[in-house]
Amino acid sequence: MRINNAGTTGQSRPAGTPPKLSIFSLAARDGNLTRLFVIMVAIFVVMSLARPDIFPTLSNFNSMSVQIPEIGILAIAIMLTMLTGGIDLSVTSTANLCGIVTAIILTALVPPTAAGPQVVFGIAVAVAVAITIGLACGLFNGYLISRVGITPILATLGTLTLYMGIAIAITKGTAMFAVPQFLWLGSGTITGFVPVPLIIFAALALVFALILNRTAFGFRLYMMGTNATAARFSGINNARMLVQTYMLSGLLASIAGLIFLARSNSAKADYGSTYILQAILIAVLGGVNPSGGFGKIAGLVMALLSLQFLSSGLSMLLIRYSGSNFLKEFAWGALLIAVMVIDYYSNRRRDRALVEKT
Amino acid sequence: MLKTNEFLVALTIVGLSLVIGLISPAYFTIANLFDLLRSATVTGMLALGVLIVIISGQIDVSFTAITAFSMYVTVKILNAIGFNGTVLVAFLISAPIGLALGLINAAIISRFKLPTLIVTLGTQSLFRGFLLFFIGSNLIRDIPGGMEAFWKANLVTLTTPEGALTHLHSSILLLVAAALVTWFLLKYTMLGRGIYALGGAPEAAERAGFSINGIQMFIYGYVGFLAGIAGVAYGSLNRQADPTRLVGSELDVIAAVVLGGAIITGGRGSVIGTLLGVFLITIVNNSLILMGIPSIWQKVVIGLIIIVGTGLPAYQNRRAVGRPSANLAE
Amino acid sequence: MPEELLCVNNITKSYAGVKALEDVSLNINRGEIHCLVGENGSGKSTLIKIIAGVVTPDAGEIHINGKHYPKLRPIDSIREGIQIIYQDFSLFPNLTVAENIALNHELARGQKLVNWRRVRQVATAAMQQIGIKLDLDARVEQISVADKQFTAISRALLQNAQLIIMDEPTTALTQREVRSLFAVIKSLQARGISILFVSHKLNEVLEISNKTMILRNGRKVVDADAREFDRAKLVYYMTGRQIDDSTYDYRPGELTVPLLKVENLTSHGNFSDISFELMPGEILGITGLLGSGRTELALALFGVQPADSGTISVEGKPVEICSIQDSITHGIGYVPEDRLTEGLFLDQSIGRNIVVRTIDRYVGRGGLLDGREVEKGIQAGVNQLSIKAGSPALPVKSLSGGNQQRVVLAKWLASSPRILVLNGPTVGVDIGSKSELHEILRELARQGMGLIVISDDIPELMQTCSRILLMRRGRLVDEFRRQDTTENQLTLKLTEA
Repeated sequence: MRINNAGTTGQSRPAGTPPKLSIFSLAARDGNLTRLFVIMVAIFVVMSLARPDIFPTLSNFNSMSVQIPEIGILAIAIMLTMLTGGIDLSVTSTANLCGIVTAIILTALVPPTAAGPQVVFGIAVAVAVAITIGLACGLFNGYLISRVGITPILATLGTLTLYMGIAIAITKGTAMFAVPQFLWLGSGTITGFVPVPLIIFAALALVFALILNRTAFGFRLYMMGTNATAARFSGINNARMLVQTYMLSGLLASIAGLIFLARSNSAKADYGSTYILQAILIAVLGGVNPSGGFGKIAGLVMALLSLQFLSSGLSMLLIRYSGSNFLKEFAWGALLIAVMVIDYYSNRRRDRALVEKT
Repeated sequence: MLKTNEFLVALTIVGLSLVIGLISPAYFTIANLFDLLRSATVTGMLALGVLIVIISGQIDVSFTAITAFSMYVTVKILNAIGFNGTVLVAFLISAPIGLALGLINAAIISRFKLPTLIVTLGTQSLFRGFLLFFIGSNLIRDIPGGMEAFWKANLVTLTTPEGALTHLHSSILLLVAAALVTWFLLKYTMLGRGIYALGGAPEAAERAGFSINGIQMFIYGYVGFLAGIAGVAYGSLNRQADPTRLVGSELDVIAAVVLGGAIITGGRGSVIGTLLGVFLITIVNNSLILMGIPSIWQKVVIGLIIIVGTGLPAYQNRRAVGRPSANLAE
Repeated sequence: MPEELLCVNNITKSYAGVKALEDVSLNINRGEIHCLVGENGSGKSTLIKIIAGVVTPDAGEIHINGKHYPKLRPIDSIREGIQIIYQDFSLFPNLTVAENIALNHELARGQKLVNWRRVRQVATAAMQQIGIKLDLDARVEQISVADKQFTAISRALLQNAQLIIMDEPTTALTQREVRSLFAVIKSLQARGISILFVSHKLNEVLEISNKTMILRNGRKVVDADAREFDRAKLVYYMTGRQIDDSTYDYRPGELTVPLLKVENLTSHGNFSDISFELMPGEILGITGLLGSGRTELALALFGVQPADSGTISVEGKPVEICSIQDSITHGIGYVPEDRLTEGLFLDQSIGRNIVVRTIDRYVGRGGLLDGREVEKGIQAGVNQLSIKAGSPALPVKSLSGGNQQRVVLAKWLASSPRILVLNGPTVGVDIGSKSELHEILRELARQGMGLIVISDDIPELMQTCSRILLMRRGRLVDEFRRQDTTENQLTLKLTEA
């Protein structure tokens, strides 16, 4: 007996039309990306009009490109863990810890008069150790979450405190300094124009965009984030993926820590306390669903740029006022909530549009 | 009973106390006890508010911002009008402020059904940014007379064997009152049971006829209210109004609540457990010095406690459940 | 008191462009057992939710006890004595039995404070009404499914229920518990309480119903005295098609090596000493009541809950199955009963759901996925199982139950398993799709795959399997060949104590 094809459930396709297949585009999110693009351009335009003398200038681009990489890398880290339906609150602590250890090693291995191979060796060791620490921090997070079974918020809350605590214990609360030979990583430029950190960030963004969109790992990550139980029953090794994801997050955190050390020539246990919120804001603004399964790097980058324009613009508009950081904090909070509310309304409108079609 | 989380925490406190006491007998003095209670007061009040949020299956990280906000605004207002009378007026000002801020949280969360962690992260920034930019970020040492008087208001004053004076501050009464009210609320009111219901099965709660929006309003309003009162207590106990310090300690409070047996996914939790959790965290924070551990290790210890305190029950749960049921019918 | 308790007229409701209900009317009288029958997607759930006041209709009128309700709220419906027992019982797992029974009652009465003694009294009285006794202080998440149902019924009774709506109440009950439930329903009817019994289990509908209403695609097809229906008529009205009575004949091939051989498989507390063989091309059925261990057996074969002792051999070679990965490596696939939670990624696209198991196959140069190959793989899956959808990019949650199950099958077939274990393969699937799925299974077997179908749907077993094993309390107690047995015989054997 033939398999019956006369079912009427589901929508039917007009005969002869090839199906619109594209697993690389999630239909619901495309609208989100265009909207982000519009927001980004709009903010840029507004700020340029507000202070045409200092905003759209080369020197401003330079100073903006300082902030972008640090926050951006942390935002990518947060995005990865949010895609799994969890979150890594310990990224800033990890970054700080790595920066501190790097500073100590550099100071020990690279005396101020050193040059050439000794410098290269010292930096290489320091960077290697930092990255290892970042991976280890992430591994521990992954272990707690996947093997022990602590929910990510609590687990990374614990490790956030633990890593910060270790950093405090090592530094006794003071700041550590890097060596002059290391600073090119932070303030050096390629071709005299593009800052090194920005290049690093761009490279990382590209790499992770590729990983998420075009590898089996990325594919499975999105699926696991959507439904961990079904993932398990489909043969996906959830525990291993979680560990890998948190390790990647730790790795990114360590790179962020290195860049921060290189740029500001110091590392302290409690730097960047507002970075977590900003990173989450960027991720959510960029279209990452906090429950997991959806979000794209492109969106994240645009959100990052939007916020950077906003931040820089606000600083300029408020040059006369001190404490512009506080206003920025206010703006981040307001923006985060505004974005979610807008999302709510645009989803509703989309549903209603569907009703009207029938 | 023996296996309940509350009992385990109590056991941990006893064990920890024995260890600390062995190293430093100064631990087992009344003076130390009074000290611990004083340190635990503000955290405890905030924890009670956070408890009901967590029982309902949600989370709020903006309460420290609300505390700082209401405290600072109250001090500014009272100083501006030159009021030096009873501290009760301070409470009467700060509590409604806290309540109002909490209701903002409630409004956003219930109207738009947004994830509570992210919303309260946003409002934390919102409130803190607003406070520090538009209202002020300077430390105020001249607190209103009422609060200054409250700072001196001790419930019990004793003389130690060494001849020093030690006090039990009267703010402990605030904590006791808050604890009693919360306990009664949770155990004996429909609203309280509704909070548990919401945490256990949100859809069922709605079908049963509970007003979900009403419960949300109450929860976040209550947290805000307690935060307002805690704010004045905080300012009085420290004898200064510093708007920048409090934010960052919300993790301690949440940890205390979770250690005390509340489950982060909702539906379980008790006042006793929370108070025990607060006490545990306070002991750790205060007593490291007594043990000769420099305070720089404080965070490490707290971090480890959170990890172990949440890890053990999680791991045991895993082993006990062990066999995930693939079939609801079985 | 008016004879007519509930009257809803011309109800229409749409969701995001899809008409869930169109011009549906329903009358229920006092003391009447009214059955609501329909396939998945027929609008049954929506109708119930509208009666409960949880959902507002786009058009139509609701009259309860003669009173017209322009906008019905849940609390109104509750106060009029309408109680729903949802499929998930809507209980609070973290609260006690006593609370679950009494809480809604107290809430409806406008109580602000909780009097625990009264709560216990009220709960005890409610349980007595249906003659059951449960531990009042047990947390609901710890009690059995049947006990949860009785808790839900007790709760319903407290509200001076005039109409109790039961949504698929027997899904999770053993045959014995179903009998208890029917006895309770009959006693409720004797007291003048009406029951709206929503079900797709035709045998039960035929047994208990006074009046039967059938919905199809959101419209009412017929609403009449139950005596006018028999099984065939019910199926016809529900689907517009005749019932399918095909069967599967297994013809042993030349191969004598069993595809799967299980010897003395034991899992403490679940099943013991299970031995059987599965030949290529064979569809083996395993059935048993709740507690028989049949699902645990499936989970052991799939590595979710590995067995404690015994051997499993695939194509003659003993294998060790300690994890899902092991099973998959040895060519065993598992189609779970709870496809929404365990089988599908609802928010993801159909295409992604299909290739999730085999995504590694499409890795091309440099470790990157080859988009075009992936699309080909998806199309192959869609074609093989005739999945009806506008585009594979649509989220899989937009599909009907039957189509969703095809996606799950497509996912497994993409990796060409040798053995496919299916647990309740057509639960929640409408009758039309059911027979289509059965044919897919038969076709798979004809192509040489070995299938194990675990089910308590006797007709389903008769239509697909050539051999049926019966488990009871963890042991294999009987084996039937389909040719040598009838539906009735099988049902009798199944329900023997």
